[in-house]
Amino acid sequence: MRLFLEVTLSLLKGFGTTCSIFGLTLVLALPLGLLISFGTMSKFRPVKAVFKTFVWIIRGVPLMLQLFVVFYVPGFLFGTPITSRFSATIIAFVINYACYFSEIYRAGIEAIPTGQTEAGEVLGMTKWQIFRKVIFMQVVKRIIPPMGNEIITLVKDTALARVIAVTEIIWRAEQFTSRALIWPLFYTAVFYLAFVGALTLLFGYAEKKLSYYKV
Amino acid sequence: MSFLTVKNINKSFGDTVVLRGIDFTLEKGEVVSIIGSSGSGKTTLLRCLNFLEIADEGEITVGDEVIFKAEKGLLFSDKELREKRSRFGLVFQSFHLFPQYTAFENLMLAPTLRLDERAKKEKMPVAEKRAELDRIRDEAKKLLAQVGLAEKADFYPCQLSGGQQQRVAIARALMLSPDILCFDEPTSALDPELTGEVLRVIKSLKNSERTMIIVTHEMEFARNVSDHVIFMADGVIEEEGTPEEVFGNPKSEKTKAFLSPKDA
Repeated sequence: MRLFLEVTLSLLKGFGTTCSIFGLTLVLALPLGLLISFGTMSKFRPVKAVFKTFVWIIRGVPLMLQLFVVFYVPGFLFGTPITSRFSATIIAFVINYACYFSEIYRAGIEAIPTGQTEAGEVLGMTKWQIFRKVIFMQVVKRIIPPMGNEIITLVKDTALARVIAVTEIIWRAEQFTSRALIWPLFYTAVFYLAFVGALTLLFGYAEKKLSYYKV
Repeated sequence: MSFLTVKNINKSFGDTVVLRGIDFTLEKGEVVSIIGSSGSGKTTLLRCLNFLEIADEGEITVGDEVIFKAEKGLLFSDKELREKRSRFGLVFQSFHLFPQYTAFENLMLAPTLRLDERAKKEKMPVAEKRAELDRIRDEAKKLLAQVGLAEKADFYPCQLSGGQQQRVAIARALMLSPDILCFDEPTSALDPELTGEVLRVIKSLKNSERTMIIVTHEMEFARNVSDHVIFMADGVIEEEGTPEEVFGNPKSEKTKAFLSPKDA
């Protein structure tokens, strides 16, 4: 029983780190993703090309590799290594997830009929007003299911941070293997399942909340 | 001097020439119907007037102000386009109401945003802004009542029939009191039994101050409501005149063929 408590406590600490990675990544990557989607939809070709290439690279390389790059490469190149493993993790995760989010935004924005924009234009609204007051809420409604999917993936991707020794929940569980304990590793699933369960309920609620109109 | 003068409007999309040298004039308070088969350029003409498309050539004058004169490489800023568009209103074939807002909110959105901008620029006192907002609200209620939808003010577009949605869209366009109100086939997306209510509303808008351009396939309606009829074919104005002239005694072969198809 004491061992169980000890493991639970340790995993809870790790789970705290997991949640921090998740929360910070989400809060920063959601707006950044929107900006990147504007870049990939730009009518100015060079801008579009730069953003498309960037998204291709980020989506084309394993996130684990990106973690290594962010953590080690500044030290190699400029002699100023990143000292905080946690910051390196956040930087890598935010960039990676912003690129995935940007494609979800793009799909959502491009799915809105041009008539909505034109209706705003003939009513004398500015481009920004049209986006903010007309398009964006319709985009949000459309992208909740794919966003939910991606966000749930993020919960579990946080486990990758252990490759640069960030002490998230899986890393904690692995420490017990040196004491010949394997079950703490399986025990972590309970935490993930509870978290993802809560998120699933939240997304269901959001979808229901926005079901008062059809797009 | 006419209220609206459209001179030599030309528009192509790539190699496809859609409008060739469109000229017409309109007096204040006049209603003009534009008829013609699909692909004759009617809708493109309306879109050029509303600056959803920019004509390649030509000139548009409203009152005594030249609001558009085509030049090579002409590009308008968002702000310039807004000013030009403010002279015109447009009702679309498929309504384009904003689905996340109620009928009332659809009417309020653009005027409220415009008021916010003005209040900020002129440093309008709060009380004055509130009074102005009340005025806009009253106007919205009045217009919804005018199109017969006072009771549906708090309904979302998805809860309204097509005819009701189009009437909301008409009221929304009227909120900004445009000089010239354009209708782009306002009943073409409606079930036949719903066209009547929309046409009645449009007819009721006719007064000495309101100038309207109506692109329509409803011949009876065009004949009844308009002061002037334009028949377009292949991007040119094939024939124009009073409804009696165009419908009663068409001169052009194309007009005759359009108005009385042989297989009908």
